[in-house]
Amino acid sequence: MPKKVLADVVVIGGGPAGMAAALGARESGAKIVFLLERGDELGGILNQCIHAGFGVQRFGEELTGPEYAGIYKDRLASSSIEVMTSTLVCEVNRDGYVKAVNRSGIWEISARSVVMAMGCRERTRDMIRIPGTRPSGVFTAGLVQYMVNVDGLLPGKEAVILGSGDIGLIVARRLELEGVRVNAVVEIRDSLSGLVRNYVQCLLDFNIPMLFSHTVTGIRGEDRVEAVKISKVDNSWRPIKGASQWMECDCLLLSVGLIPENELTQRLGIPICPESGGPYIDEKGTTEIPHIFACGNVSSVFDLVDYVSIISERTGSAAALKNPPAPVSFILECGGGVGLVVPQRIRERGEGDIFVRPATALRDGNIRFQRGERIIYEKPISICRPSEMIRIPSRGIEWPHETGKVKIEIDGEPVQGI
Amino acid sequence: MENQFRESKEIICTACPMGCHTVVERENNTLLVRGARCPRGERYVKEEADDPRRIVATTIKIQNGNIRRLPVKTSRPFPRDQIRALVQAISPLEVSAPVKRGEIIKSNLFGENIDLVATRDVPLKDKKKITHY
Repeated sequence: MPKKVLADVVVIGGGPAGMAAALGARESGAKIVFLLERGDELGGILNQCIHAGFGVQRFGEELTGPEYAGIYKDRLASSSIEVMTSTLVCEVNRDGYVKAVNRSGIWEISARSVVMAMGCRERTRDMIRIPGTRPSGVFTAGLVQYMVNVDGLLPGKEAVILGSGDIGLIVARRLELEGVRVNAVVEIRDSLSGLVRNYVQCLLDFNIPMLFSHTVTGIRGEDRVEAVKISKVDNSWRPIKGASQWMECDCLLLSVGLIPENELTQRLGIPICPESGGPYIDEKGTTEIPHIFACGNVSSVFDLVDYVSIISERTGSAAALKNPPAPVSFILECGGGVGLVVPQRIRERGEGDIFVRPATALRDGNIRFQRGERIIYEKPISICRPSEMIRIPSRGIEWPHETGKVKIEIDGEPVQGI
Repeated sequence: MENQFRESKEIICTACPMGCHTVVERENNTLLVRGARCPRGERYVKEEADDPRRIVATTIKIQNGNIRRLPVKTSRPFPRDQIRALVQAISPLEVSAPVKRGEIIKSNLFGENIDLVATRDVPLKDKKKITHY
């Protein structure tokens, strides 16, 4: 027999977003809060991010991932929130019914509000279609980070990393420190995907070569990776004929992007924004179903966990409230130079923050919000990169009385290299 | 490396997202910075030229815990050019659970007055609970 329980708020996912949302809901008066986590422990990806660099915005000090997670784990332990780890959510329906399974059996939780906080997962070899044999030794960078930092296992002796995103850079340094040679980091774009700081402290500090405008176009090896083919690409990322070479290695690590994990959300029929990869949400994380919320990387991949915590606490608070949300006033749309915007819906003017990810690296430009012909926000930007979202407090925008669509644009001079 | 910047060295500033490409020159014991767009960056670049330091994070073996590796870090930024040597010196260390976040694992690393600190709690292994490995 399933165990049937009632709840005010159920939070799905016990990473940084879920932990902050559960605490936010409890602090805003939700009496019964469930936090459901698929893994063996809370903390999500923070547990494997042993490097420093987290918490500067949220706590005013530089912490490692485990330390950052530890602060939230302690707060949860001293709260009355029901934390269930090793618990997999199989189903959520539109009425707030959540079906989950763990070692003690099946749970049916009937909740007033549900917060989706499932995070994201890595893109794999299949998604970028690298030709060649299918030997062992091809990993996603985050998986290797888990293997090395949590399980104490190494992926091989000599690595090539595809993608210059932050995870790839951080893992490159980690491997070098553990005695694995990193022969190159290969990036298809002509500019860095990750933070300059990580380029300096992870690649330059360890003399790891970085190849821009290159990609991996082949893998050789039967049982084990023996070499990867590295090709120069043109402006439209097509490999240039004759401009390739084989590089020996016994493992290839992929740091080629993250995708919000929205299977549960999609099964509810909630529409997904093509740019962010997450459900359309408002400034409080409300999805198109008023009592179903989304926060953190499930709504859009963020670059700072600090932002995830801040937003998710607010989302948790909103989920605790009983009154229905105000109608949508504005719809934010991506114009030129904009990769994504989150939230995409504004109900209450001046609440929370708006995060804009630039599509490309630009210098000496402007970011603009426009409602029809009217500019409601404009700010010069000295530099922007896809690796860093631009955070705009909503109260700094001159929201007009008249509702409707708002277009966001960024222009400037292109930046190449670092 | 030491000798290189005695004359002139290129340093990318990471004090802010601008990422200025700077050149540092040493003249009679004073450092000159070209290409930094702000005073904060200039300070950072001088420090980076004189005494580059990083927070070092790695893991060590832990017995009787619910996980096999204990993440650790240096309590303060550690000299950059000795990071590899430091990680090698740390790697044979072994501790036993339980360990608390913030606990000092080894003090005064390399005589630098910097400690090695645990960055998470590791409770004693719960024998009844099945782990994933």
